[in-house]
Amino acid sequence: MSKTIVEHSEASEVFNRDEPYVDWHDETLWFVRQKRDKSSKLLPEWEQLRETASGIKNYVLSHMDELLISFEQKAKENGVHVHWAANAAEHNEIVLGLLRNHGITKMVKSKSMLTEECHMNEFLVNNGIEVIDTDLGERIVQLRQEPPSHIVLPAIHLKKKDIGDLFHEHLGTEAGATDPQYLTEAARQHLRDKFLTRRAALTGVNFAIAETGGFVVATNEGNADMGAHLADIHIACMGFEKIIPKQEHLGVFLRLLARSATGQPVTTYNSHFKKPREGQEMHIVIVDNGRTTQLGRADFRNSLKCIRCGACMNTCPVYRRSGGHSYHNAVAGPIGSILAPNLDMTKNADLPFASTLCGSCSNVCPVKIDIHDQLYKWRQVLAKAGHVPQSKGLGIRAMSMVLSQPRFYQWSGRLGRSVMRTMPFVVNNGLNPWYKQRDMPEAPKESFRDWYIRNRKE
Amino acid sequence: MGTREQILEKIRLNKPDPIALPEQMRFTSFFENTEVKFIETLQSVYTEVVVVKNAQALAEKVEELYAGVVNRATNIPQLASWADFSLNVTDPHELELIEIAILKAEFGVAENGAVWISDSHLQHRVLPFITQNLALAIPRSAIVNNMHDAYERLTDTTGWGCFIAGPSKTADIEQSLVIGAHGARSMVIFLIEEE
Repeated sequence: MSKTIVEHSEASEVFNRDEPYVDWHDETLWFVRQKRDKSSKLLPEWEQLRETASGIKNYVLSHMDELLISFEQKAKENGVHVHWAANAAEHNEIVLGLLRNHGITKMVKSKSMLTEECHMNEFLVNNGIEVIDTDLGERIVQLRQEPPSHIVLPAIHLKKKDIGDLFHEHLGTEAGATDPQYLTEAARQHLRDKFLTRRAALTGVNFAIAETGGFVVATNEGNADMGAHLADIHIACMGFEKIIPKQEHLGVFLRLLARSATGQPVTTYNSHFKKPREGQEMHIVIVDNGRTTQLGRADFRNSLKCIRCGACMNTCPVYRRSGGHSYHNAVAGPIGSILAPNLDMTKNADLPFASTLCGSCSNVCPVKIDIHDQLYKWRQVLAKAGHVPQSKGLGIRAMSMVLSQPRFYQWSGRLGRSVMRTMPFVVNNGLNPWYKQRDMPEAPKESFRDWYIRNRKE
Repeated sequence: MGTREQILEKIRLNKPDPIALPEQMRFTSFFENTEVKFIETLQSVYTEVVVVKNAQALAEKVEELYAGVVNRATNIPQLASWADFSLNVTDPHELELIEIAILKAEFGVAENGAVWISDSHLQHRVLPFITQNLALAIPRSAIVNNMHDAYERLTDTTGWGCFIAGPSKTADIEQSLVIGAHGARSMVIFLIEEE
């Protein structure tokens, strides 16, 4: 896991060198987006459901403190231990402390983007704890020592040959084997052994219910349940925005979540945890890590409504053609690009620019986050705070000079067209960023303005 | 001031003005035949639905479906003689050998094929996941239309419960669907006409 951050545009350039691969990545994600469309159109009330989900989340944002206090009280009554962490470091220390108290050095973990955000695995490994990711996609990327490239489909950037080679090396599958059925079976055997021998299990939280103190974990593979129900200690980690007021609100969110994510009517397992089983310890870690700050940014607080379905990534023309790793953030894609600058403006200043602002993300978001508006607003904030690279600033100033002077604009248009017609090599070369991954268009003979004036006369 | 108070204080300072909950929280689904919709939905997630008249008929059907399978477990009293694996174990790890578990569950949801199972019938939470193959039995009359109806019905006050919709699956290798990731490799739902 490399520590040096490569800017999104630079990383995308590397990603785009293999054209058939990029096409495949693009089409694979678009296929998932189409499944979402088909599934959502089966519900006539789909748009109203989105509106309701958004409304519930608005209520949540404006009553966050009360809901968390109620959740904590109920959870404690249910026999669950509740911990609070101000930041990633505190979160990681709490988890380590719990494991040390029990003398545990090995743990299984199901999907939790929060622990990715906190770089927990790395921290625990450095402290002598072995962490095994049990979601198949996450196990694959863990064996490759890279982060997930997508929040729902962690290994979506890999071809089955990559996984075949990886499993041959680590799990002893036959060399050259690429059959997904065979490879999944090998992973099942490998991970079953881990489930049966680990005394601690960590899971994420999809929804925490203020009314009951319970929480819901959704998976298709059943890995969260296999881990949690066999372990002596279950640790569930959540960003505080996962809270919802009442159990009945799950009716709204569970109807939207899987349909938006993969087009399934619901995930295979929606496990509702409330009390530890007899003899088991259950812990919940509630994490801030910048969320209170984001809650105070009126333009950006809606990003905290996210239910992590990944629909905005699957639909994003930039994500599909640049891959999740180019976003250098635990959550990639459009939603990641509005969450990341809140965590670190300097490191993530490039991300709100990794978008065409086409608005497709906002159109598919099940909780109606104004993602593309926020991307646009982050650009202003970042520029004002001095986080926009000088080259971009220069370009924008030059552009503003040309566009604010009509005669100069007409003259430069004529010049540009004639250069492109007579000396195309001036623009069709690697020095021109617009030439990357695309051919420059043939220049028209006249501008629209000239055409308009001529036709008005005729 | 501890971390908890600091977080709550910062939330109080930063949260927006109160916004009320939306008025409409529930939507009605219309299916010509709820049971047919339930069966079709489950077929699409590789799950067979079998209607049986009563517990006696269930026992006969089970003999036929799982003939020759060893390590059979159940918590349905009428199937006790069919089972050869006792669920009276203290350590849930011992359940690892189970090949087929047939379990009592509560109700199903037509729109997505999910079936609710919980601590109220289950002595081991891990059982529906650790068994190689799973079958759940619910009353034929216990199918609701959608998830709003499901949560209206769900007054479960036990410590744990789960909606299960089909066998365990994954598509993490190049989006190819594979049945049998970590949990059950196959799933059957029995609808029992008379309790």
